[in-house]
Amino acid sequence: MAKENIKDADYRKAKVKSKIAWAIAIFFACVMLIITLTPFFFMIMNSFRKQFDMLQQGVFHLPDPWFFENFVTVVEKGFFGYFLRSVIVVGVSLILMLIISSFAAYPLSRMRFKLNPWIYAMIVAMMSVPMHVTLIPIFKLTTAVGFYDSLKALIGPYVAFSLPMSIFILTAFMKTIPKEIEESAEIDGCNRYQSFFFLILPLSKSGLSTLAIYNGVSMWNEFAFANTLIISPENKTLPLVLGQFKGEHAMNIPMIMAVLTLSVLPMIILFIVFQDKLVKGMMSGAVKG
Amino acid sequence: MGKENKISLAQAKAKSTARAATVFLIPALLLITIFIIYPVIDTFVISGYKWNGISSDRFFVGLENWKTLIHDEMFWKSFKHNLIVMVFSILLQIPLGMLLATFLDAGGKKFNIFKVIWFLPYLMSSVAIAFLFNYALATNGGIISSLATIIQGKRTTIDLLGTAPNALYTVIGVMAWQFTPFYMVYFIAGYGNIDTSIYEAAVLDGATRWQYIKHIAIPLLGPIFKTACTMSLIGSLKYFDMIWNMTQGGPAGSTELMATYMYKLSFQQFNMGYGSTVAAGMFILITAIALIFNKVFKVKEVD
Repeated sequence: MAKENIKDADYRKAKVKSKIAWAIAIFFACVMLIITLTPFFFMIMNSFRKQFDMLQQGVFHLPDPWFFENFVTVVEKGFFGYFLRSVIVVGVSLILMLIISSFAAYPLSRMRFKLNPWIYAMIVAMMSVPMHVTLIPIFKLTTAVGFYDSLKALIGPYVAFSLPMSIFILTAFMKTIPKEIEESAEIDGCNRYQSFFFLILPLSKSGLSTLAIYNGVSMWNEFAFANTLIISPENKTLPLVLGQFKGEHAMNIPMIMAVLTLSVLPMIILFIVFQDKLVKGMMSGAVKG
Repeated sequence: MGKENKISLAQAKAKSTARAATVFLIPALLLITIFIIYPVIDTFVISGYKWNGISSDRFFVGLENWKTLIHDEMFWKSFKHNLIVMVFSILLQIPLGMLLATFLDAGGKKFNIFKVIWFLPYLMSSVAIAFLFNYALATNGGIISSLATIIQGKRTTIDLLGTAPNALYTVIGVMAWQFTPFYMVYFIAGYGNIDTSIYEAAVLDGATRWQYIKHIAIPLLGPIFKTACTMSLIGSLKYFDMIWNMTQGGPAGSTELMATYMYKLSFQQFNMGYGSTVAAGMFILITAIALIFNKVFKVKEVD
């Protein structure tokens, strides 16, 4: 009986302790929420202010009055042009990247040939090459073939630099598909090309979609190549829109905040729709890490 | 006869495998060669020339640029900044990401809203973050200065980006804001990979949540820590986008990094010969540090 009581007290004590621990944890979690959200709050609130209201009203006031003209002006000044060009470049690059990396991952994961481990090691080593080291030669190459200042210039580097990581993840992914599937297909008269297109590729769909999200985000935000290889405003992609607007409206901070808000919005919407996929994608990268 | 047939059949199969592998691998190898391997080699080649990047006359200067690099105070200063950024990135982003992931893992589905909001900064491009914080940290109408004004009750300005020692640490803080969510998701993925039966077994044995995290989960996350550190290390040594758009290396070179220095030399001063030397130096330093790091970690794992 007494023993029971002690156990009970211990249990209650532990429960109180864990409640306190949770309260502290939630407190810090809320602090982190505030740190995360304040800059977004600053951005969105200021995008609805008139140019000179910003300094007068201060950071922590709601806009008074709510001013929507900034967004209208930004759209009128060709924001969607930048947006569309980014969609085109990212779309084309992603499709090419997915095709080429699944092509490469197939023999690396499922065929035995002498050079296999060497090619794989070479591709993995390419993951740590910083793109900045290649900037000058790629600039040189782009001008030499006449692609400079066009969207074409971006596609090659975007695809090439997303390949090593993608091949690495896809190879690991394809290795998990059981061998027997192909063997039985072979008996049924499938050759390698057929079993790639009709068996392995459809089975890799979930791996491919996570790769698309993961690489899509980094291509969408890519700055250094775009800034180096494109010069005219009518060819610029979304990451360059901010510099362009700042050059034209340096003093109109609310206008720049409106551009920022518009350029971040599509990513946030996509994330909310696809968030589980993204975590899964990082998981497949993390397993083999 | 039958034996010979078998051998030639096996050979034929190996041959067709090799042929198929070549067909499948060629596009990837071609692109990697054109856009990664050749440029890296070419960077080293150009580093032997004096060249403005546009005109056709390049002068071969041998190792002249490399001699300049070794005595270039600005380059070593930017390398030092890279190292500071590296150390603070690893010390801030990874433990914080890990803490947030632990909180989310322990809390389960009901804390999903925390996860969604905490992840938001990572969705912004570095360029957008640079512009946003340029204004959000401004002395005039910025968040911190406005807060200080309210607390002090009189107009106070805190110059975070405009003065030399502050700027680098401010940039490090903004980087932590940007990249902590990445490591958070990474560790969430790591926790997700731990078999739930391990947790159940631990609970059956009377372990509390905290004991489980401390003695079981964290040791199991070891490899993930290592990869996260390698990523953070390489990432901070080649850091460029945000700094370029936020401070351009200023004030007075106090936030200059190797990549921004290289970019300035090459695409603002059109000194591509020397710019390539800086790029090549950066490549050597990053590779060396990454190799050393991996070696040290491997030794530790054996212990």
